Amino acid sequence: MSEQIASARFINIGERTNVTGSARFKKLIMADDYAAAVEVARQQVENGAQVIDVNMDEGLLDAQHAMTTFLKLISAEPDIARVPVMIDSSKWEVIEAGLKCVSGKPIVNSISMKEGEEPFLEQARKCMAYGAAVVVMAFDEVGQADSKQRKVEICKRAYDLLVSEGFPPEDIIFDPNIFAVATGIEDHDRYGLDFIEAVREIKTQCPHAKTSGGLSNLSFSFRGNETVRRAMHSVFLYHAIPAGLDMAIVNAGQLDIYDNIDPTLRDACEDVILMRPVEGEESATERLINLAESYKGKSVADEKAAEEWRGWPVEKRLEHALVKGIDAHIVDDTEIMRAATEKAGGRPIEVIEGPLMDGMNVVGDLFGSGKMFLPQVVKSARVMKKAVAHLIPYIEKEKELLPETERTAKGTIIMATVKGDVHDIGKNIVGVVLQCNGYEVIDMGVMVPWQDILKSANDNKADMIGLSGLITPSLDEMVTVAEEMQRSGMTMPLLIGGATTSKVHTALKIDPSYEGPVIHVLDASRAVGVASNLLSDTRRDEFVGETAGEYVKVRDARAGKTPSVLLSIEEARANYYDAYLSDKPAPPLQPGVHTFDDWDLADLRDYIDWTPFFRAWELHGNYPAILTDEVVGETASQLFDDANAMLDQIIAEKWLTARGVAGFWPCARDGDDVTIHRVRREENVTLPFLRQQVKKSRDRANMCLADFIDPDGDWIGGFAVGIHGIEPHSARFQADKDDYSDILLKALADRFAEAFAERLHKHTRTDLWGYAPGEQLTNQALIKEEYRGIRPAPGYPACPDHSLKPILFGLLDAERNVGLTLTENFAMWPTAAVSGFYFGHPESEYFGVARIGRDQLEDYARRRGVDLETAERWLRPNLD
Amino acid sequence: MSARDRLNAAAKKRVLIFDGAFGTQIQNRKLTEEDYAGSLGLKADQKGNNDILALTRPDVIEDITRSYLDAGSDVISTNTFSANTISQADYAAEDQVEAINIASGKIARTLANEYEAKDGKPRFVAGAIGPTNKTLSLSPDVEDPGFREIDFDELTAVYKQQAAALIEGGCDFILIETVFDTLNCKAGIMACKQLEAELGRDIPVMISMTLTDLSGRNLSGHTVDAFWNAVRHAKPVTIGLNCSFGADQLRPHVQSLSALADTLLMAYPNAGLPNELGEYDELPETTAGLVKQWAENGQANILGGCCGSSPAHIKAIADAVKGLPPRKVPTPEIAMRLAGLESFVVAA
Repeated sequence: MSEQIASARFINIGERTNVTGSARFKKLIMADDYAAAVEVARQQVENGAQVIDVNMDEGLLDAQHAMTTFLKLISAEPDIARVPVMIDSSKWEVIEAGLKCVSGKPIVNSISMKEGEEPFLEQARKCMAYGAAVVVMAFDEVGQADSKQRKVEICKRAYDLLVSEGFPPEDIIFDPNIFAVATGIEDHDRYGLDFIEAVREIKTQCPHAKTSGGLSNLSFSFRGNETVRRAMHSVFLYHAIPAGLDMAIVNAGQLDIYDNIDPTLRDACEDVILMRPVEGEESATERLINLAESYKGKSVADEKAAEEWRGWPVEKRLEHALVKGIDAHIVDDTEIMRAATEKAGGRPIEVIEGPLMDGMNVVGDLFGSGKMFLPQVVKSARVMKKAVAHLIPYIEKEKELLPETERTAKGTIIMATVKGDVHDIGKNIVGVVLQCNGYEVIDMGVMVPWQDILKSANDNKADMIGLSGLITPSLDEMVTVAEEMQRSGMTMPLLIGGATTSKVHTALKIDPSYEGPVIHVLDASRAVGVASNLLSDTRRDEFVGETAGEYVKVRDARAGKTPSVLLSIEEARANYYDAYLSDKPAPPLQPGVHTFDDWDLADLRDYIDWTPFFRAWELHGNYPAILTDEVVGETASQLFDDANAMLDQIIAEKWLTARGVAGFWPCARDGDDVTIHRVRREENVTLPFLRQQVKKSRDRANMCLADFIDPDGDWIGGFAVGIHGIEPHSARFQADKDDYSDILLKALADRFAEAFAERLHKHTRTDLWGYAPGEQLTNQALIKEEYRGIRPAPGYPACPDHSLKPILFGLLDAERNVGLTLTENFAMWPTAAVSGFYFGHPESEYFGVARIGRDQLEDYARRRGVDLETAERWLRPNLD
Repeated sequence: MSARDRLNAAAKKRVLIFDGAFGTQIQNRKLTEEDYAGSLGLKADQKGNNDILALTRPDVIEDITRSYLDAGSDVISTNTFSANTISQADYAAEDQVEAINIASGKIARTLANEYEAKDGKPRFVAGAIGPTNKTLSLSPDVEDPGFREIDFDELTAVYKQQAAALIEGGCDFILIETVFDTLNCKAGIMACKQLEAELGRDIPVMISMTLTDLSGRNLSGHTVDAFWNAVRHAKPVTIGLNCSFGADQLRPHVQSLSALADTLLMAYPNAGLPNELGEYDELPETTAGLVKQWAENGQANILGGCCGSSPAHIKAIADAVKGLPPRKVPTPEIAMRLAGLESFVVAA
């Protein structure tokens, strides 16, 4: 493919970004939806267009504005901008404005001698000055060339004029006009053959010049009959290319292979295009027209996909599509169902409530009974969403006629990731599962302040609120939301979910803050059960009562439990970990800060740890054993294949950019602090670490990360990595109602971030710091951390204070070097990111700080330079 | 004979030598604000505005240029990288742009004539035009990829003003250098074309791209091949690469450009990569050894230095390539050569 891109014999010019050639593109541009229009260009390049034709000639459009806007936007998209542009307009001002925005060497389409020689040459000179090739239409003062003779004459005249003006002949492309054939008018019968013969002659008379044509005109009289049009185009090219046609404006995805065309149709097309004499009463045109009737409404893709289930009744087809997650025909089938329902006097909502919900109930039953797994459910949801999207306009129209009271869904749920947190994979999964069970989900996104959550709940008359969060400070924020709900007198249920949340935390901290029902939802598979219980007239009270009872039990158990004995901080310090400091690593080979702007994704792929990936999809088990697991093996394998297919695409098309930074600084231990030494003493940086205070059995030490650093001088490192570029792809999937791919992509981006952290740590050990130059470890060994040195991250057990991240980011200049930013609760953005410290001492190991006492809290607040209240907030998970 | 023809004739005989960096040489002289500001009475501090020294301390510029001619430069450039209204706005010195360029051109012209008269070897003056700090292809606002800080016509006008003044000062060529944005370069070419039409004479351009990553693309994303396709219409007297990284990393890209471009190839890399303190510490012999390989492989017509290079580097390069045959300009097959960010050649 890449060779074909670099140099080609016949060139497909994409026509999908042409308002005169694509109704869809025109609609998008007219609606000012440039983001979607850019995606059209991307698809075109993905489908193999080697040059993209951009045309904005539409009476109701400011073509100049549209042209420059669009060209600037696609120039920001490397996977589109890699191919040359054809600036296509009948207005010179539009072309010139376009030339001022295109940085490569484009093609101008087109200029001609329509207005005489002087304007023609003036425009050609400008094309030369801008550095563009040019399409010259076979058009002169008299008009458009139709016969072979006129085509050749006009092109030769234009060629001589241009070459004498110094225009490089290899930069000229002649378009000798493809006209419609088989129109029923005898004069038109020669048009195809005339074009092919003219091309042959022009290529001989005009050395180095190229030829081109707009193919869709040819089959104009067969509009609506795709099979015949595709056959005509393929046959035409089959003969025109050997004659010397170099390029054509075509829909690259819609050409048939000559040999695969039905021979009867192919012969009929050839008879028409090449004007071959035919036997019998019928003319070639008549025969093709008659033959065309039998191909009406058929499309090649349809034929290929005509599998057995397509013959089933429509209700059955809908269910099958939902259960299997097949979205190819869902819109058609939904429409058939809708039309049938309407005919029978029914309402569009009945399509959802009837066959679609029946199908989703099958999915729900299978999921509930453990026969289907989350990845499949999300795929089913994608199909459901597409079906519902098709019905919504009909439902909306009908709704306007209904009284307000009848306009309710099964229940409305507000979902949000709380303020300060940006993680949303889990929340999205729960949202999808709820939606496909008939709940209306209002997803408020990430970083949502409590004010907005409460307001939206009130405005939408919501039935419940679901909160999500991943980082530990989010637990506190959830308490805040609960307190505010209490203060405003709300009574609706509050659902709590997310990786760091737990039944214990919910029982101890959130439930007591709010008098309404508070329910911890363990995973997505429980969400529907919880929601339906809460909304059921009969089961609600019982369910709420039971849950509240459980929480009371948790609290009682907790109260009765004697907490583990804490040492005083002095005692804990006396029991520090006595590392053998002569073993400390040598100074780094490459001190200072190193940035990596674009680490090879293909390299990172080898470092992916798959087990957490499956866990994100609620498939439990270790990779690779999970692929052959008796219960979830098939689903895991399917998911693994989908993930790898997407990885191939991510890497080949460079969807994502892995940016990273690593730095190494001289330092020394100073109590439980590590002080990083700068050239100027006043710029020294203090990293305060926390020490275990729980009384240890036998002779085990009360660890602190500072214990791994020599008080007499040592080195410490830091790193941050982030995966950028997810947004446009995520937006594309969302626009396509494809949550499955969206969640898959986000989960993979997370994996890339972790893999990059692992990879960069290895690079640090072998090269940058270089204390383990000969290290040879397999990926499995890496995952098991069988290497020397650790990379603890702020916010994780060994270093639980998230607030060290701003200090680390400052040392690394991570915002500038990696493009990572922090929220007010120290979550990293973009979310696929990892940061941490490097400790190189061979005895350094991971541990959990766990519970600490007030004495250490007060000491830490002083060392960290913040007031007690702030320190308390930051360290709350480690306090009583 | 025109300057273009004379350069082509001289380049047939041997590998020619370009000059080295001005910035580090000026820094070494530890000039004060008074040196920079002179008596111009400008509103802003001038310290760091190296280009204005052509007006306020012409002796410094003359001295540095002389040191490069002494080191063996056949082609010298003017110290006018930032002498355009966009960059001078930082120093409130926009109204000095014409004067700086004319004066810089004159300093170089006078010295080139002096040295040529002394030994009969032809010397050439390249009027240097930097890229400015604005970019036509990229949006400075990540939220709004369609936004541009400047448009093609504005930038063309800025370049045209500078090019006209450099020509007036006596420059043989306009050197559009350190091209990080190909569209900026195309505006520079357009400026020279407009000037040609107004003056009714040939304004030969030299074009030099800079790479921002090791895979061989500039900031606007163009590969070396695509860049050449996009600027070939300028019929540049030289094409090449400068700045970027050191000669070592530049090697594969010089090689591909050399095989492709049917004009003289000029390369002037940095003196290695900066060290931890941001200083260039590659020794003259090291740089010379690296660029010598290009000459040995027949891949270069003109060699010089960019950031971090000194007269000692230029002398070492001149000594190293003495006697080596110059690159033969290839005659590539005639073909339509288009470009997006990547080259696209339509087979003949």
